[in-house]
Amino acid sequence: MNSRLPPNSNSGKCDAGKCAPPPDGSAIDGSAIDGSAIDDGVCNSGAYTVGPMKAGPPCCVPEPWIQVEKLAVHYGPNRVLGDVSLTINRGCITALIGPSGSGKTSFLSCLNRLTDLIPGCRVEGRISIGPLDIRSASTDVIALRRSVGMIFQKPNPFPLSVRKNIELPLKEHGVRNRGERAEIVEAVLEDVGLWEEVRHRLDTPAQSLSGGQQQRLCIARALALRPEVLLFDEPCSSLDPISSGVIEELICGLRNRYTVVVVTHNLDQARRIADHAAFFWTTNGTGHLVEHGSSDRIFDAPQETLTIAYVGGRAG
Amino acid sequence: MVKEKAVKSQAVQFKTSEKRSIWSHLPEIIATCAAWSAALVVTGVFVWILADVVRHGIGAISWTFLTAAPRNAGREGGIGPIIVSTILILAVCMAVSVPLGVGTAVLLSEYTSPASRFGRFVRRSLDVLAGVPSIVFGLFGNAVFCIYLGLGFSILSGGLTLSCMVLPILIRATEEGFRSVPNDYRMSAAALGMSRTSTLLQLLLPAAVPGVIVGLVLGIGRALAETAALIFTSGYVDRMPGSLADSGRSLSVHIFDLSMNVAGGDRHAYASALVLIMILVATNAIASWTANRWLGKRILTA
Repeated sequence: MNSRLPPNSNSGKCDAGKCAPPPDGSAIDGSAIDGSAIDDGVCNSGAYTVGPMKAGPPCCVPEPWIQVEKLAVHYGPNRVLGDVSLTINRGCITALIGPSGSGKTSFLSCLNRLTDLIPGCRVEGRISIGPLDIRSASTDVIALRRSVGMIFQKPNPFPLSVRKNIELPLKEHGVRNRGERAEIVEAVLEDVGLWEEVRHRLDTPAQSLSGGQQQRLCIARALALRPEVLLFDEPCSSLDPISSGVIEELICGLRNRYTVVVVTHNLDQARRIADHAAFFWTTNGTGHLVEHGSSDRIFDAPQETLTIAYVGGRAG
Repeated sequence: MVKEKAVKSQAVQFKTSEKRSIWSHLPEIIATCAAWSAALVVTGVFVWILADVVRHGIGAISWTFLTAAPRNAGREGGIGPIIVSTILILAVCMAVSVPLGVGTAVLLSEYTSPASRFGRFVRRSLDVLAGVPSIVFGLFGNAVFCIYLGLGFSILSGGLTLSCMVLPILIRATEEGFRSVPNDYRMSAAALGMSRTSTLLQLLLPAAVPGVIVGLVLGIGRALAETAALIFTSGYVDRMPGSLADSGRSLSVHIFDLSMNVAGGDRHAYASALVLIMILVATNAIASWTANRWLGKRILTA
């Protein structure tokens, strides 16, 4: 099994609209992007269709950004994830697919060290994001989590007002100026397309919003901290089709600005949004990585038998 | 084929359900009646006690009764100094036990895992403490606060002894409050890079307020009702206390004294009991209002 993406994985081409190459051909700067409006043109759900490989521009400039080597996760005596090596490219959307219990969420939680919070959880292996070795003891976890945002399966806004949901983490990270905070609140709500819907009720409880709105608020809350990497853990699985379509488009709009990793059970969705895909499978309770590569290759020309069966709907 | 069978069995079920008579509802009727009568009995007993106290006590209550000093061993006069002592004892008790209790609850629920040896040990000790008879606390308080620490029979000794009694209840209820806060808040706060301390202060503590209030209500109830422990620690001098180092008689001790040791003291005992109940209701209301106002107002649920 190939543990890394080849340096120029052009074997699979992106659909036309999927990801535009950066204008000057240089690496995409995914860091600390101003939270200005999301480019609508990037993700037009009609622009690409599910189908055979197409010729097109290369899928994101493959600048390896998140490097995982020989990752293993144990919950108490149970090894839930073993021997995962994967490179995730900067500015791209990478989908993690596979059946429940194959360790996708555990993998995701390792990237922002949320695994630290789980009693009895032990992680082995090496993970680096850019130059930072995140598993090193000297790593500032708070700063790490600020730059690696996470959106959970169930929308989980705090039991506060819409405004305070965004302001609370901002205050925590030292944005003391009230006016500045208000600007950020407006900008990120605008980014997730929520501003028009909630501008007149910023002080109402966030939990009175609809499920899809709550999830977008959670995304806005993560964006407010100007992260480099965004982790989505099945962000649409508790939402209705329309809301999940909105979230999907939103995620597409993050391409090239943020390095995005999405766990999803919806293969069609993964195919629509992802540049790269990684397929996890579980044997004897331990999840492992079966195959990874550009999303077109994984979905249209998978090589491993398991992947062929899963993507074809015959297993899992 | 299989489908047909399923349809058939459904039809059969449907027939039997049509046939159900009043008798098949009997278990439900019995259960409903049992639940209602249990609730009625409990409420009834409470109303009976309250009515009894009010009926016997209301006649003696007047402004003079609430403010004057007791005379003739409490048969005449009022309960002014006793109310003051009671409130002072309660204040000492709460001032000590609320910070300690909430702190310990935070330690237990947020900083130790439920399965850890330390957590289990502390929890077990608290449960044992909560079941210790109050007379034992009285003797302990007398030995430690009155004699060893040299506080003598004083409101301070009494309040401190009561806080030892109230702490287990307060801690366990507050801990439950923290445990009932959804783990999602902790996870999402951590994922946003919020420190543990500010997550605690900004989110968890406000969200745990209902538990804190339950603890306060139970704790205040226990403290106000306490007699045995106070006889040994704050004494039963019925004059107006000059300071916290002075001895003072609490209302419950006063009621006990009037009904047990003073012939003809029943009328004032009832009146004092009524006052005690009113103080209990008032302090509970004040405590929950303050907790809500200080912490809970930050929380906005749909």
